[in-house]
Amino acid sequence: MTTDTMHAAAGHHDDHHHDEHPTGITRWLTSTNHKDIGLMYMIFGSLMFIVAGLLILAVRAELLYPGLQVMQPEIYHQLVTLHGAIMVLAFVIPAATGFNNYLIPMMIGASDMALPRLNNWGFWILTPAAVLLLIPFFLQFFGIGDGAVAGGWTIENAPLSIQAGLGIDFTILCVHLLGLSSVTGAINVIVTIFNLRAPGMTMMKMPLFCWAWLVTSFLLLLIIPVLGAAVTMLLTDRHFGTHFFIAAGGGDPLLFQHLLWFFGHPEVYVALLPIWGTLPSILSTFARKPIFGYKMMVYDFWAIGILGSIVWAHHMLTMGMPLAGNLYFMYITMSISIPTGMMIFCWIATIWRGSMTFETPMLFALGTMVMFGIGGLTGLVIPDVAAYAQYHATMYVVGHFHYTFMGGAAFGLMAATYYYLPKMTGHMFDEKLGKLHFWLSMIPFNIAFMLMMIVGLEGMPRFASDYPSVYASMNFIISSSAFVLGAAQLIFFYNIIKTARGNGAKVGDQVWEGAQGLEWTLPSPPPYHTFTIPPQVK
Amino acid sequence: MKCILRMTTLLALVFGVNVAEASTAGGLSTFWFPEAVTPLAHDVMGVHVEFFVIITVLFFVAFGFILYAILNHTKSKGHKAAQFSMPVTKTQWAGFILPFVGLFVLDYIVMGIPAWHAAVAMEDTQTDAQMVLKVTGSQWKWQYEYPAEGIKFVSNMSTPKAQIDGKEAPGENYLLEVDNKVMLPINKKVRIILMSSDVTHSWSVPAFGVKRAAVPGFIREMWVNIEKPGVYTGQCSQICGKGHPFMPIVVEAVTEDKYKEWVAQKQAEAAKLAASSEQAWSKEDLMKHGADVYDKVCAACHQAGGVGLPGVFPALAGSKVVNSKMLDESGKLIKDAHLDRVMNGKTGTAMQAFKATLTDVDIAGVVTFERNSFGNNMGDIVQPSQVKALR
Repeated sequence: MTTDTMHAAAGHHDDHHHDEHPTGITRWLTSTNHKDIGLMYMIFGSLMFIVAGLLILAVRAELLYPGLQVMQPEIYHQLVTLHGAIMVLAFVIPAATGFNNYLIPMMIGASDMALPRLNNWGFWILTPAAVLLLIPFFLQFFGIGDGAVAGGWTIENAPLSIQAGLGIDFTILCVHLLGLSSVTGAINVIVTIFNLRAPGMTMMKMPLFCWAWLVTSFLLLLIIPVLGAAVTMLLTDRHFGTHFFIAAGGGDPLLFQHLLWFFGHPEVYVALLPIWGTLPSILSTFARKPIFGYKMMVYDFWAIGILGSIVWAHHMLTMGMPLAGNLYFMYITMSISIPTGMMIFCWIATIWRGSMTFETPMLFALGTMVMFGIGGLTGLVIPDVAAYAQYHATMYVVGHFHYTFMGGAAFGLMAATYYYLPKMTGHMFDEKLGKLHFWLSMIPFNIAFMLMMIVGLEGMPRFASDYPSVYASMNFIISSSAFVLGAAQLIFFYNIIKTARGNGAKVGDQVWEGAQGLEWTLPSPPPYHTFTIPPQVK
Repeated sequence: MKCILRMTTLLALVFGVNVAEASTAGGLSTFWFPEAVTPLAHDVMGVHVEFFVIITVLFFVAFGFILYAILNHTKSKGHKAAQFSMPVTKTQWAGFILPFVGLFVLDYIVMGIPAWHAAVAMEDTQTDAQMVLKVTGSQWKWQYEYPAEGIKFVSNMSTPKAQIDGKEAPGENYLLEVDNKVMLPINKKVRIILMSSDVTHSWSVPAFGVKRAAVPGFIREMWVNIEKPGVYTGQCSQICGKGHPFMPIVVEAVTEDKYKEWVAQKQAEAAKLAASSEQAWSKEDLMKHGADVYDKVCAACHQAGGVGLPGVFPALAGSKVVNSKMLDESGKLIKDAHLDRVMNGKTGTAMQAFKATLTDVDIAGVVTFERNSFGNNMGDIVQPSQVKALR
């Protein structure tokens, strides 16, 4: 989305006199406008998506054949770790935050976020965070340090992190910055939703997206400080002689895992809730039918948020916790399937007996629904203490969480992008390219990750730069599919840029037949300042 | 409709590939679970297969509804959109609640009860245990000890570096072969005690249905009772540094008689080894033995030729630690000198205390080798008996 199109298009609407703002680079650096900041978040997220995608393609190149052809294990572990850390911390969350910034004020009829300067700050501390995460990787080629963080994105093996080099220190600082950014964003969402709703916009009339972000924000406020504490303890263990995680000094390596997963599991819902908030409206728009079970889904979000915060140790069932602990975490984790199942039920009921058309956003929404369904179901079996021994730390788990993270979160974000792109740019995207992107994503995605789950069940461990010959043919297919999947994403970005540059038919306020909500009452693209006079919601 | 056709093709394709692959690799009947050879693995496999049947059915039921809607409830077919947004009648409420009652029953009864039994069985390591195997994970090898039999050895991966680097074709057991296999008798309940000497590792053999972390500073337990002779393999399942993919687990299960033979042979070897550390070794023999140990143990970090990896692992060629005195006048270790480093390690680094894993002869050999190779020319040697006295 170029500045010019946005600006020029906004200028056409002469009922908005408040469009004066700095131009050029100052506009972006100093912006306190929720749409500018939202766009910057989305652009940042997209860049990180591309970086992390390239990293994993290098990894898949190494895994094409058994043996080490492309890189040594040291580099391999760094690439895998960076891929995970960037995708989770620097792609999914910023991209989703971009949507909340852009959409929440428009959805609730506010003129901006409640705390605009904090909003600007929250975005701009992301950039140094990303640099901190990546820079040790490049420093190693100049003989400085031993490379980026390499213990998996959860750095859950605390004794290994204590052994490691400066990559970990950089990551710890990066996590603090990302955490600050997330906390400022979360506070902003909560304050905005509680205070700036238009008259008549009661809580139970808010779009589900706002509800999802409200739950997400409370989750972030709960978990980010714990993560901050955990990595700070790691830092003092490394440099100041404390023994939080060193058994020889009375510490416990598992304590780190408990703290980390107390953050790490709710983090999954932080990534997914915004998508769960978007999907119902897309499905309802293209099925030309109201959302089924709105209230039910609001309660589901809260139920999942609360349950999601008390199940963390199902990531640690082979760590040797007491039997009672294992059983508790197994049963409580299974209980999440009930609100989640209810949500999927509501999605299906939303399209049931509708009058559907299949534009690209709908295709992606349906795809996300099915892919997340597979992710959820293959996850339902994982917390089982007995079978967990078979699944833990194998490629099965990797396949499973890619169905939720990529199939659920990333494809969901793409659905939302296609859905709101005409609103943001004022132009319709290229439908043919969109459909091509959909099929070229779904097919290789399913081949790659379905087979990945199967090699995992057969016993292939994760984080392995090399594997026994029995897994060779499967890995070859997985890698080949991954390359196609990666290349297909170029179509997506090409399509966005093309649309943002003003190609494609002009669209009106109501882009999609049947779309509900205040954002569709605004011109496309929306003016620089929206709702200077709050609308009356009936 | 084109969309549906494509979607069906997609599904057919994915499942086609799956089924084709499955027929070569164990079969769909157990959902890719490896052949189970312990009571625990049978339990685990039972749970696994049951769960996979359930989730497959759940998927196709849900997907069936979606597919039906996609095929029929479309604008192109002229379907008029209904306007309901919640259940209203009693029948609708019943239809709404039923799936969740079903899910609850599935979760806590159909899946929950067998899972409970398997989990309890898994933790019962002590009842009727007939022998103990102690496993210690360390970067990047496994040490095994049979406390009652007095046997102790280290198990390193034996796949040659040339195969990994692609200079030779991978062998049949590529990455799943070791110099010293763990021998276990069949039909005996073996209590396995897990420890770690550095970072967290994880010992896993899929055919036994077990996987458990070896946590530094803590003791973890599990058990196996193997029903069938054979060679079973697994790999470390917790990322533990650069050698993580290269620390396989190979267990050979044999009959009781063969196992006893092996124990006797190992004990004889151990006695011979103990005797050899008493005798005086020549410099040539020490150098030759030391070169072998170096390749197997030290070269992973310090590299062939002792050049190290700049910034990560120090070079031994020309190293100050190697090229200085290591014993004081009274024959005691000088702190942080060469022999002290090898025996006691350096805390907070990957340099571990090798006195735990190497024999007296190994340590004497490798130290002598390092002091007189790579351009280092100290000229002195260490005798195994000296190492023994310094332990």
